[in-house]
Amino acid sequence: MTDQLSPEPSGATTRLPAPRSGDPAAAPIVAVDGLTVTFPGGTRAVDGVSFELAPGASLGIVGESGSGKSATALALLGLHHGTGARLTGRVEVAGTVVDDSDPQRLRRLRGATAAMVFQDPMSALDPYFSVGSQIAEVYRLHTGASRREAWTRAVEVLDHVGIPHAARRASEPPHQFSGGQRQRALIAMALALRPKVLIADEPTTALDVTVQAQILDLLHGLRAETGMALLLVTHDLGVIAGTVDEVLVMQRGRIVERGGVRRVLSAPEHDYTRALLSAVPRVDAPRRRALVDGARGGAGARSEATVDGVRGGGTVDGVRGEGTVDGVDRGEPLVRLVDVRQDFPVGRGLLPGRHRTVAAVDGVSLDVRRGEVLGVVGESGSGKTTLARMMVRLLRPTGGRVEFDGTEIGALPERRLAPYRRDLQMVFQDPISALNPRRSVGESIADPLRTAGVRDDARIRATVREWLGRVGLDPDRYDAYPHEFSGGQRQRIGIARALVRSPRLVVCDEPVSALDVSTQAQIIDLLAQLRTELDLTVVFVAHDLAVVRQVSDRVAVMHGGKLVELADADTVYTDPQHDYTRSLLAAVPVLDPDLAARRRAERVAVAG
Amino acid sequence: MAAYLIRRVLGALVVLLVLSAAVYVIFYALPGNPAQLVCGPKTCQADQLHRIETELGLDQPIYLQYWHFLVGIFAGRTFSGGPEAIHCAAPCLGYSYQTGEPVTSLLLDRLPVSASLVVGGFVIWVLVGVGLGVVSALRRGRALDRVVTTATLAGNSVPVFLVGLLLLLVFCVYLRALPFPGYQPLTGNPALWAQNLILPWVSLSVVSAAVYTRLTRTSMLETLAEDHIRTFRAYGLSESRVIRRHALRGALTPLITIGTIDLATSLTGATLTESLFGLPGLGQLLVTSVRNIDLPVVVGVTILAGAVIVVANMVADILYSVADRRVALA
Repeated sequence: MTDQLSPEPSGATTRLPAPRSGDPAAAPIVAVDGLTVTFPGGTRAVDGVSFELAPGASLGIVGESGSGKSATALALLGLHHGTGARLTGRVEVAGTVVDDSDPQRLRRLRGATAAMVFQDPMSALDPYFSVGSQIAEVYRLHTGASRREAWTRAVEVLDHVGIPHAARRASEPPHQFSGGQRQRALIAMALALRPKVLIADEPTTALDVTVQAQILDLLHGLRAETGMALLLVTHDLGVIAGTVDEVLVMQRGRIVERGGVRRVLSAPEHDYTRALLSAVPRVDAPRRRALVDGARGGAGARSEATVDGVRGGGTVDGVRGEGTVDGVDRGEPLVRLVDVRQDFPVGRGLLPGRHRTVAAVDGVSLDVRRGEVLGVVGESGSGKTTLARMMVRLLRPTGGRVEFDGTEIGALPERRLAPYRRDLQMVFQDPISALNPRRSVGESIADPLRTAGVRDDARIRATVREWLGRVGLDPDRYDAYPHEFSGGQRQRIGIARALVRSPRLVVCDEPVSALDVSTQAQIIDLLAQLRTELDLTVVFVAHDLAVVRQVSDRVAVMHGGKLVELADADTVYTDPQHDYTRSLLAAVPVLDPDLAARRRAERVAVAG
Repeated sequence: MAAYLIRRVLGALVVLLVLSAAVYVIFYALPGNPAQLVCGPKTCQADQLHRIETELGLDQPIYLQYWHFLVGIFAGRTFSGGPEAIHCAAPCLGYSYQTGEPVTSLLLDRLPVSASLVVGGFVIWVLVGVGLGVVSALRRGRALDRVVTTATLAGNSVPVFLVGLLLLLVFCVYLRALPFPGYQPLTGNPALWAQNLILPWVSLSVVSAAVYTRLTRTSMLETLAEDHIRTFRAYGLSESRVIRRHALRGALTPLITIGTIDLATSLTGATLTESLFGLPGLGQLLVTSVRNIDLPVVVGVTILAGAVIVVANMVADILYSVADRRVALA
């Protein structure tokens, strides 16, 4: 069910020459002039955007959340209709004006002339119908083909986009397809009608990095083969670099920079583009020393302000010191995992107790050294989150041992874990759902203190206010509720809540993956700074290899529930020992278009 | 599937066993003389009382009494101790001394009445509720939606007996369009059956129709906001086709569970409607026997109600897994 790694047949699509780069002299296939989109409530999502896309050309629209990039893409097919959004300006696709005047004409345009691929392949197909029948339905609608012809076409395009055994799989419902396969199926739906332009809105954002590379390679190959134009909307500059020729950078509804992708990425003119580029974590660059040094400098200045109201002192004798900053302190590890496993039951037989099981974590042994940042990378299903949860005993391992500071805690019953809970904390991925929406953020941060038995409200308030300040928020917002904060701010609150009892181990599970790159960089800086100040040991779990490289002393690579590689960060990235690590690294999008093209050629050569 | 069914049936049997034990203990182990209660509070003679005590085996320990009750359900039992023996055939749920009939045949007499009322009402409230809910969701925020939403609020809060009384007044007293309802078996004259049941159906379904309208509206709005709906709009499907083919199914599937269980609970729970229209159904039987403290009947109705709900839950799960292939039976 996963298409990680398994080299999928991609038919003829990947061996063809590079796509044409479009003919600027021809009439544009997409022409947008002065487009504004105003949402109900007055938010101007798109503010005077104009651009053109020549037949066969490729254009990327990049921007962070709220930049208006998706609203622009939806306007191309008139998909704002019925949402209450107000549009002005002119949108023309293949000579057809996109407006509300003729719904029939608009529907003919949709799919047949301009087809769209959406972000979340998990929900973009109807769960109640087979994948093949959904493609066939769209095909019949536009061509008037018979059921049989439409089904044949559906199987044909599914095969074309690299779904193995397409004839059989076409009759399966979407939930039997993996994420990557669903995105292929959606691309197949788009392809079925041979559109002149493909609009892809964050087509790979929800996918693992190796699957992302496959999908981008597929899009690239299809363009070369069919000559369709591509409009790619994404937040990821790396995705842009390897896939399109021209790029628009959007910020708050406006285009702030446009040009050839090579020029924009190498010599950005606008400040925002420069800031965006510098915030992008580089998988090919060693850890940002400046960040660490800066954090260390900051620590001295802040140490007096540190009031540890709960734990008094709280130092671990003999392990604190300069050396810990770089994670070079040896001595006993803080956490030692010995052959831990987590088996989950799947399905049930007639008799109780006879479960088949699947191993989410399949015998992992590793040490977390005192004071280090251990990065854990892996794709979805690799077991990295399960491993993280076992480290802080949110999950009880079904086998093996978890030692914390020399004590086995893997099998302790919950009540005997209480003394360790304050030492073991977790920062969660989704800053929105990880906070109780009905409690003020101050109360949320205070919860661990109250659990610890602190009863003095004045002291609790003082400690929480201090922590709000330390994570870069206004202490006076103690009584505000989570919805009043941005995603990055909410993650800061989550961090404050994890750290308020001065834990010794903090496990961060994808702490920045829901955030924009510029916010990501700020949160990473905050974590680095707090870690130095508090002498924390950090386990940083993420799917993003570049982010992990930026923060980690050592990196563990997980695959299929097993630990496949563990070494110093730079060693893992420059001299990977395991094939899986190598393929993972090869799939990471890079910001250099030429390197991206070489990487793609290598991947295609391997796959072909 | 087979393993699932076997496990579910076994589970259902356990639930029913526990339920029957609880009901049995509650009603027969209460302080007071159960024989007195069984016999009837006022009319009982001393010799009759004594006979009932022996027949019920009240001299035996409670677990033995319960055991005989259980055996009676599967093998039938004979109440003997007095001048004549009373045989109660296999599924025997006890014997009502007050009415002089086995509980099982009392229940079987009433079942068609309740089924006629509830199935008809169910059809009305589902059709009206789903219909209004869908229309209201599609016209969200417009005048029609507001009217429907207000009407559901009213329908939700109006008591059943008020609706019933109004209907009776209007149709049977003022307009004289319909006869005063009384139960006519379906097997006799279907037209007469329906004519007599139309008012009970309507009054039974008013509240449920309002509830289903709201459920459907919410569910429909959620489904319309899903990504795959946008996909098909983006591929040129007309709005009506998007709704008919892709939105309705997702919106209505969650109603399967609620509908099945509501149907089951109404079967023994439509007491108010039955009483109001003089329909001799199970709900009315329960009320009458509680009032008369006719214990064997109360126990029988309670166990039947439990069985129907347990079965309905099973059916709902199976229907759901058929409607939504993502849900595996496990």
